[in-house]
Amino acid sequence: MALDSPWRSDFPALAAFEAEGQVYLDSAATAQKPQAVLDALLGYYTSGAANVHRAQHLPGERATRAFEATRTKATHWLNAHSPAEIVFTRGATEAFNLLAYGLEAEFEAGDEIVISALEHHANLLPWQQLALRRGLRLLVLPLTAEGVVDMDAARELIGPQTRLLAISQLSNVLGCWQPLTELIALAKVHDALTVVDGAQGVVHGRHDVQVLGCDFYVFSSHKLYGPEGVGVLYGRSEALQRLRHWQFGGEMVHLADYHSADFHGAPMGFEAGTPPIGGVIALGAALDYLGSLDTGALFAHEAVLHGKLLAGLKVRDGVRVLGTPQAALASFVVDGVHTADLAHLLGEQGIAVRAGQHCAMPLYKRLGLTGAIRVSLGLYNDTADLDHFFTALDRALELLR
Amino acid sequence: MTLPDSANEALAAFGQSGGWEQRARLLMQWGDRLEPLSDEEKQEANRVHGCESQVWLVGEPGADGWRFRATSDARLIRGLLAVLLVRVNGLAGDELVKLDLADWFAQLGLARHLSPSRSNGMNAVLQRMRELARPTG
Repeated sequence: MALDSPWRSDFPALAAFEAEGQVYLDSAATAQKPQAVLDALLGYYTSGAANVHRAQHLPGERATRAFEATRTKATHWLNAHSPAEIVFTRGATEAFNLLAYGLEAEFEAGDEIVISALEHHANLLPWQQLALRRGLRLLVLPLTAEGVVDMDAARELIGPQTRLLAISQLSNVLGCWQPLTELIALAKVHDALTVVDGAQGVVHGRHDVQVLGCDFYVFSSHKLYGPEGVGVLYGRSEALQRLRHWQFGGEMVHLADYHSADFHGAPMGFEAGTPPIGGVIALGAALDYLGSLDTGALFAHEAVLHGKLLAGLKVRDGVRVLGTPQAALASFVVDGVHTADLAHLLGEQGIAVRAGQHCAMPLYKRLGLTGAIRVSLGLYNDTADLDHFFTALDRALELLR
Repeated sequence: MTLPDSANEALAAFGQSGGWEQRARLLMQWGDRLEPLSDEEKQEANRVHGCESQVWLVGEPGADGWRFRATSDARLIRGLLAVLLVRVNGLAGDELVKLDLADWFAQLGLARHLSPSRSNGMNAVLQRMRELARPTG
């Protein structure tokens, strides 16, 4: 049965793609933006840009107010205690780097950082490099065949030496929700800091950081239907106080002299330089837009589409889905067919899916694969998109086999 | 500059191909005609990095210009390599430096076929050819 997305028409890009024969199934890489976000961007610049937290003039005041309004919206979105717990960065990757540098002084040689085998490079490399700088051990939690962290192994590996646990909420390759509650509880037993990569998870669920109980939660605007260049770092206020400043300049300074300076605490002290003002304001518009939707209907829509995606892949001969995806996406390989060839022919037919290793090279190495095709869904996708994809997949496989 | 016969043959074949399916079939046919590389030649030192599939390249100078052989584990990439080889084989080192890769694939109607990542891959192959052909000492 055909299922339309009632929100599709809110996204002008979907009509543009349709006009040029493109079917967009790569929202896990970046999502399209609703008209409300485009209006907010245009509105900010056409009504007059101004820097935030500096000027006394009206445009500056207006920009600052709109900028800070997004901080409040993000606070509500994650159910943080206060806007002071929300730090804007230039992306999720920068947020992880902020944490790895800002927390560096917390570690001594021999301490352990625990991550999982499915981490995106953004939540792997900053910790790996920190471990190399400070002589720390980086432990990697193994996965079950379904693609979730193996809790038995986690109970063995998370121990008294663990100083920090950094873990993905929803895998960008396997589409599996990770057992965050159990993992965070384990880490807390040993007083370890906890960092959650919510880049995918925040798009496909509504999460409460107080219920999760994590110290830090990171997501990026552009996957959540907002503009690029903006990341959000939530930090529990006690945890934020443990961060050392890492980038210097701009309004993060409280008092400056030639040979010394004193800096603001969070959030301002971690927002060096002029922030992406228009982007932050437009992220606020994205949150308003998403907040205005019927969340139940939205996730039900995504679940039906995801079910159809998995069912369609399952009935096709030789198609092997990686892990047991629960939401948002599915990655797959086809026996006897090279992923690059398949990607090539899907691209020829206007199917925009991602092929390769999806910024998770070590995971692919562990799976014994050189790559896979990933189909990922947004709230604007519908069954016609999946029909186009499956038709294209069948024609490509027919040619290649 | 006159093109070798096989390059003209490629132009004739691909010039007539209409849809994506026909182009894909042609690419696979051309890929199947590649001179094979021995297992020994498919070693790490001969691998060209920067491609989305594995690509190996060997080459040696001859009396009538450079002779390259290449292959890949992906069929369509083998096809792209085949149409690249017919264009470059027989060229002298300085001619290789001047070769406009994008123009050649455009003449074949394969420009759109080359996504940026695939185009980077083919560029990496051409780059390696140029390195091999660079006068040493």
